[in-house]
Amino acid sequence: MNEVKTLIWKEITLEWRQRYALNGMLLYVVSTVFVCYLSFNLQRNLLTPIVWNTLFWIILLFTAVSAIAKSFAQERYGRLLYYYTLSSPQAIITSKIIYNCLLMMALSITGFGFYVFVMGNPVGSLPMYLTSIVLGSIGFASTLTLVAAIASKAENNGALMAILSFPLIIPMLLMVIKLAKNALDNLDMSANQDEILVLLAIDAIVIALSLVLFPYLWRS
Amino acid sequence: MKKNWWKILTVVLLFYVLVMGMVGRVPRQPILNETVRNLYFHVTMWFGMVIFLFTSLVYAIRYLRSNNITDDDKSAEFAKTGILFGLIGYVTGALWGSATWGDPLPKDPKIISAAIAMLAYFAYLVLRGAFEDEQKRARISSTYNIFAFVIFNVLIWILPRLTDSLHPGNGGNPGFKIYDSDNVMKPVFYPAIMGWTLLGVWITTLRVRIKNLDRKLSEV
Repeated sequence: MNEVKTLIWKEITLEWRQRYALNGMLLYVVSTVFVCYLSFNLQRNLLTPIVWNTLFWIILLFTAVSAIAKSFAQERYGRLLYYYTLSSPQAIITSKIIYNCLLMMALSITGFGFYVFVMGNPVGSLPMYLTSIVLGSIGFASTLTLVAAIASKAENNGALMAILSFPLIIPMLLMVIKLAKNALDNLDMSANQDEILVLLAIDAIVIALSLVLFPYLWRS
Repeated sequence: MKKNWWKILTVVLLFYVLVMGMVGRVPRQPILNETVRNLYFHVTMWFGMVIFLFTSLVYAIRYLRSNNITDDDKSAEFAKTGILFGLIGYVTGALWGSATWGDPLPKDPKIISAAIAMLAYFAYLVLRGAFEDEQKRARISSTYNIFAFVIFNVLIWILPRLTDSLHPGNGGNPGFKIYDSDNVMKPVFYPAIMGWTLLGVWITTLRVRIKNLDRKLSEV
């Protein structure tokens, strides 16, 4: 447990030292939202709540893929060997998943704030919508962390990361869009229980798989 | 000869299926009419695809436990055969759909899940192409194979919650049994599943043998 905590702290310190990467990701979200705003400016009435919701999640999906892709790519070969001597693979993947969850939550909540600011706010139940964002960030981060580990083993991993992750992220994306849609329409809590449980179940499966599979990836 | 009895069985079964499929007696049904014969050629492809993708998963797990490169060859070749069956299933399904549903590709959870499985396994093949080193390629693509198969199962499990299916036996539709009330199709359908699956196994073993020979030649 201590090991995981230290590793998470190391990730945060590293991120804070090279702040340009963090700022870059924030700017990525903000400028994508702004591009969408300008594109829809021609005809604002086309931006129905469904389009609003889908657009937001697609922006988050692309942000997640490009933010998490670098979580293994930035580690140099020598440094990986150094970790290998120090800690267990399970601790490393757990710390990466937790760190990516935190990162995704920060990015998506900032993104949501800016999105509401420029695109208007049709959300019926804000607490529910924020819940869906938090669950979505956790889901994206946990699925994409293992994919990032796989993609980092191949050179030229930018394109590979996208094609490997899109088919795998679809179940998560569909559930989270459904949940967000319920929040948009301000449906009763009982209507959402099913989606929340399914999302948590997928998270559990994906995290368990990452813990089992990462040690094999690690050795190469 | 002793080892090849199943190849003779394949040929015999497929001849039987082809002849019975084209001229055998089938139940008369409104809308379905003669297209009901497609049962032997479309539904069996889906069975074959799932069986081959599962076999590919089993060999991927075996490879990770044994590090034996032929297990990885088998895993890759079974995945390729699975993709081939999936694509043929798509074509036969589109033919059937345009005759009965009036649309070759309606929005249907089974069609979507098959499409996503195809995307994931194409990504698997692209990932395999990204490595020069055999052992590294085997280890990393086996990991992705396992991850992809599990997510594919999650998808099959959650998609019916999101949209209703047009396929028989789903979404309140009656199963296929009621169309075959006097059991004239079963004696062809079950041999058809066996025959097509055996044909797939045959194709796969040939390709695995070619790969083995190639490896031996390059060593000489």
